[in-house]
Amino acid sequence: METKEKIVAGVAEASGEVVIKIKGLCKSFGDNQVLKGFNMELRKGENLVVMGKSGSGKSVMIKCLVGLMSPDSGYVEVLGKDINNLDQIALDELRSDIGFLFQGSALYDSMTVRENLEFPMRRHRKKFEGITDTLPLVREALENVGLAHTMDLMPSELSGGMKRRVALARAIILKPKLILYDEPTSGLDPITSKEIIELMRSIQKKYGTSALIITHDVDCARVISERMILLVDGTNYAEGTYAELVTSQDPNVNAFFKK
Amino acid sequence: MDIKFNMVNRTKQFFMEIGDLSYFAARFFKQAVKPPFEFKELLRQCYQVGNRSLLLVVTTGFIIGLVLTLQTRPTLIEFGAVSWMPNMVGISIVREIGPVITALICSGRIASGFGAELGSMKVTEQIDAMEVSGTNPFKYLVVTRILAATLMLPLLVIFGDLIALYGSSLVEYFKGNVSFRLYFNKVFEALSYGDLIPATIKSFFFGFVIGLTGCYKGYKTGRGTAGVGIAANTAVVMASLLLFVVDFIAVFVSDIFYEL
Ligand SMILES: Nc1ncnc2c1ncn2[C@@H]1O[C@H](COP(=O)(O)OP(=O)(O)O)[C@@H](O)[C@H]1O
Ligand SMILES: [Mg+2]
Repeated sequence: METKEKIVAGVAEASGEVVIKIKGLCKSFGDNQVLKGFNMELRKGENLVVMGKSGSGKSVMIKCLVGLMSPDSGYVEVLGKDINNLDQIALDELRSDIGFLFQGSALYDSMTVRENLEFPMRRHRKKFEGITDTLPLVREALENVGLAHTMDLMPSELSGGMKRRVALARAIILKPKLILYDEPTSGLDPITSKEIIELMRSIQKKYGTSALIITHDVDCARVISERMILLVDGTNYAEGTYAELVTSQDPNVNAFFKK
Repeated sequence: MDIKFNMVNRTKQFFMEIGDLSYFAARFFKQAVKPPFEFKELLRQCYQVGNRSLLLVVTTGFIIGLVLTLQTRPTLIEFGAVSWMPNMVGISIVREIGPVITALICSGRIASGFGAELGSMKVTEQIDAMEVSGTNPFKYLVVTRILAATLMLPLLVIFGDLIALYGSSLVEYFKGNVSFRLYFNKVFEALSYGDLIPATIKSFFFGFVIGLTGCYKGYKTGRGTAGVGIAANTAVVMASLLLFVVDFIAVFVSDIFYEL
């Protein structure tokens, strides 16, 4: 109970190492102000869900975390590094500690499943010093998602749910400390969504990763979140556990949970 | 008033596009010389470019050779100059028709292919995924494709030239009783390095233009799947236009050299 109080109060420093710290993040495209001072902190081992309407800038925010987009202003720190002040080599090294699951799976469609999984290992060899045979690593990652038999298939031969699982395997193949999920259940049926969420939980248990999950799927948020942030109008509008937010009287918060 | 405004806007857009394209080309040259090099992917792309265009180049080359010979035959006979057929066909194919036709065919095939491939990779976030995997997507996708097009186009042109000459010699064989050997001997007699070298250099530039515009259009595809079709389409249009501009410049420059 005590820790919960702290979380609600936004006192992060007391409860362990901070993995992601975002302060006053602003980003606009032309006249379209998407993020207007977004703040967030993610602590080690935690599952944090950021929920927001479609088009509210969730993907923009998560892309600022890995340097795929650069913010107009604001401070972004990931795994202790100020992401906007890194040279390419340091940035790539940092990225090898981050797993990223893209919204539409983003498997390379000209490569087999195996080549897709080997791709991140091409440049991040440092992490695998002395490993010449990548096959066992690929197999392990695929076994984690229950798809070891698809190794030699092309992405076009997989169903949407299988693609998402392969993408998840690809995201964890470098044994990241932090995984970023951009709408892990979007475009999937409820049953497949549940499977994906289960996988996310089992991976977290197995590897002890921290996770930032971006979604507009309330069920996903309920199951997986330890803490939630609602992204409304470009800012972190509300913060708390699922139980706290679902009973909130604020109409803006309520809108998320109404069926 | 409205039309005038539209024209101004269009012109502005055109020059902005040229500026963007030049910037993209500069980025290519900067990245192309910086290690690590993606040799394996380059080879794969070379194979793809050749494989995609070979049949088309062969077919069009053959037909152009046939048609050109059939149509000029009566005129040459009228002037009593039909024995000059190999010279005329040889020079026009090697200097101009071969490179231009091959390049146009390839711009339809390669530039649109690059535009669509990179466009769909962009839209489905595959390019972003590459970037976070520590592979420079510009190097891996763009540099290899532009290089492949630049290297393969001269080969395709030479191949197309040969097939066109073969088509022409067939006509001469059946209609004029000229043996293949005689025909090709006369062709090679007529051709000098002054014809071959500029044409080959020109073909490299054609390949570069095709690869560049295809990749440029694909790489800057907007959000949404509609963008992919637009990228493929505008890539062909832009590549074909630029090909003629490059051709004009090439002919202009080589003309200066002839006079020296
Ligand atoms: N590369 C971009 N260029 C222009 N506008 C963009 C770009 N990326 C995102 N946007 C805009 O930012 C807003 C938020 O997009 P996004 O983060 O993808 O939403 P979501 O919360 O659904 O993930 C949208 O209005 C979108 O149009
Ligand atoms: Mg999104």
